[in-house]
Amino acid sequence: MTTQAVRLFRKMNGLFAVYKPQGVHWKHVRDSTESNLLKALNSCPPPAPQLALQFQLLSGGENCSSKDVVLSPSMVPTLADHPLVTGPQFHKVHVGVGHRLDAFSSGVLVLGVGKGNGVLEHLCKSHVTRDYTLEGEFGKATDNFTHTGRVIEKTTYDHVTLDKLERVLAMIQGANQKALITYSQVDLHTQEAYELAVRGLLYPHGKSPPILTGLRCIHFNPPNFTLEVQCVNETQKYLRKLIHEVGLELRTSAVCSGVRRTRDGPFKVENALTRQHWTADSIMQAIAHFSKTTRKIRKSGMYRQTAGPLNSSTQVQEQTRSQTEQINLEHVELSSSTSDTVVDRETPVTLSEGRTKQ
Amino acid sequence: MQLFIHALGGAETVHSASPTKKTGNSTRTTGSRVYEEVYMLLPKTVVMHVCQRCVSLLLSRPLSAALQQSTLALHQRAHLTLLQHSTRHTHSRQTWRHFTDHQAASPDVYNKIDLAQKEVVPFNSDVHRIDLDAAVHPSPLQEISEEEAVQIHVPSALPPESSTLRPYVDESETLSKLVQLGVNLWKLEQRPNVGSMLVRLDFHADVAPKLLLLKDLGVEETKLGQLLTKNPFILTESLDNLEARVSYLKSKKFSKQSVAAMVSKAPYLLNFSVERLDNRLGFFQKQLGLSAEKTRDVVTRLPKLLCGSLEPIKENLKVCELEFGFRGNEIQHIVTTVPKVLIANKRKLTQIFDFIHNTMDVPHSLIAKFPQVLNAKFLRIRERHLFLEYLGRAQYQPSQPNYISLDRLVFLPDEVFCSEVALATLEDFERFQKTL
Repeated sequence: MTTQAVRLFRKMNGLFAVYKPQGVHWKHVRDSTESNLLKALNSCPPPAPQLALQFQLLSGGENCSSKDVVLSPSMVPTLADHPLVTGPQFHKVHVGVGHRLDAFSSGVLVLGVGKGNGVLEHLCKSHVTRDYTLEGEFGKATDNFTHTGRVIEKTTYDHVTLDKLERVLAMIQGANQKALITYSQVDLHTQEAYELAVRGLLYPHGKSPPILTGLRCIHFNPPNFTLEVQCVNETQKYLRKLIHEVGLELRTSAVCSGVRRTRDGPFKVENALTRQHWTADSIMQAIAHFSKTTRKIRKSGMYRQTAGPLNSSTQVQEQTRSQTEQINLEHVELSSSTSDTVVDRETPVTLSEGRTKQ
Repeated sequence: MQLFIHALGGAETVHSASPTKKTGNSTRTTGSRVYEEVYMLLPKTVVMHVCQRCVSLLLSRPLSAALQQSTLALHQRAHLTLLQHSTRHTHSRQTWRHFTDHQAASPDVYNKIDLAQKEVVPFNSDVHRIDLDAAVHPSPLQEISEEEAVQIHVPSALPPESSTLRPYVDESETLSKLVQLGVNLWKLEQRPNVGSMLVRLDFHADVAPKLLLLKDLGVEETKLGQLLTKNPFILTESLDNLEARVSYLKSKKFSKQSVAAMVSKAPYLLNFSVERLDNRLGFFQKQLGLSAEKTRDVVTRLPKLLCGSLEPIKENLKVCELEFGFRGNEIQHIVTTVPKVLIANKRKLTQIFDFIHNTMDVPHSLIAKFPQVLNAKFLRIRERHLFLEYLGRAQYQPSQPNYISLDRLVFLPDEVFCSEVALATLEDFERFQKTL
């Protein structure tokens, strides 16, 4: 016989996305969601207490004399099953975190509950890209590449124009494309490789440094500028360093004043939960919303696992690529507007996926 | 975490001293105590007459066994199970003592078996002849005398050690009364040694007088449970000390209701000595430069000030004066309006003040007028301010039109804030939050 709490616990399985505010450690987000889920579980009514046999001294009936007492049995609920003695019904809910975000950044953070943690692993191993919006500021350089750090140098930036910035971005993009091709272990002189590259299905195999698959400037208002990045295998510190390097290439210096993740694989910002919605019922709704995506990720993950030892065969690679394409298409479908397939004018290979956020 | 709760050690030693029915003065008092305890557990509607036989049975047994109610069937069952229990409860002192008294036959039987195995050859003597098929224990249908019946000891089924209080709650009067009051025993047993302490407490001697004291003080009965959950050590503090501290507080002209409120809010208050309370009150009056009545008001609203250490409070005051740059009278006003500033986290306080003063450009005088903002969550202030700035409605100067006061900025719930202050919808606010 299951109680209401147990039934609710069994439903808590899946992935959902949360919008992490800036300045908050990701652990705090995970702990808050776990404690909210536990609160909902423990507020369900507890199971009925066990009854124990207790003999009570009661006065006898009319046939006994008044001085005699009779021990009569009765079933009484035991205090040992009282909620103040047993404690809460649930102590722990497994909540896992996908790709982490450091305290300075904000944005989409994927969390998994219960059985969803296994799918999280598949998500991390899969080759989905992440979408970032980087805010930069020309004119100074700091020790930790952010605008709150200790200022090391100050420079002028009057000579910087949008044209120069875009040239620098194109150069960076070119270098990243080369790295992508190298790490994806395809022979560029084949027709298949070209077709994969056109469809945007090249991705690095095994360990690789951070690679930007897409980079462009969406806002330029000196000293401030905004870049949009799609990347794989990155850390937020690398992205802040990227801003610094853009500044260096332009013969000035730049600091990063904001890193915001707008997409993590198929999980987008529109469906991420804000702080007010980190409660159990909103989380259950989000899990239900993402159940289809979760199933796809699990399937592709399992396929990749079973095809593990045959990694070298191109046929298998084709099929895993098609799975990734499905996941990528999935997030294109999820977006409400028509998908952006803007081809950059410099290189024919670049594909920028997803929507941009101004 | 292993909690060794040694069950009822105190109660049992009392009873082991006199197992016989012929009771001296000592056992009469203990017996009456046992009787009283049993009586307390019975429902109030029970008729008072208990037959002599039941009384004597209750007298002979320790508290736990007495509650496993006596019937004739139990007598006979006890005899049979004694031998089985002997092997299980070997480490319990009480059981061994009783076994040596009543089961004199068993050691001899074992000895005899050993002897028989060693000396195979001389098998002639009748002394060593053992009939292993003979019943070692008497038949359950055998009649026994009243004295023997009374001396039967049923070993308690309670485990001598346990990591939770669950096995003892039904048997112990103290624990069941505490549960009925609303004390969270599960939380208390996580703390080291508190569980053992609670099991050893005697309800009538230790717990009841203190509960009556608290009730006389004016603490509500519904709050007693929470109080004891936070501070179970109020039950081990001596009654004289508690009364002395209460009278000290009353002598400092705290009204009865304020003392009751202080004790409910800060459960550890009465565990502190009179000197310490005096020291604290003196510090607050001197340092803050407030009148006696205002100090009393501040302390009544936040009695935690009297419990904790003074160093963080001194640091916070220094931070307010030197880092923030508040004047003396501004600090006084802030502390009397929001005493929590004194024990707030220094780093968080600095972060909030920095944002309000430097980013929102609110002057000191205005912050001193609305000190509640220093108590609010930083993320909330930041998001709301940035939203208003995006909409162009961030106006915090009273002299300008469309002025938004700081308390309305921070303390309105989200829907009211969006509709009245920001003049936007809740969805817009959420969409804006996702762009930060």
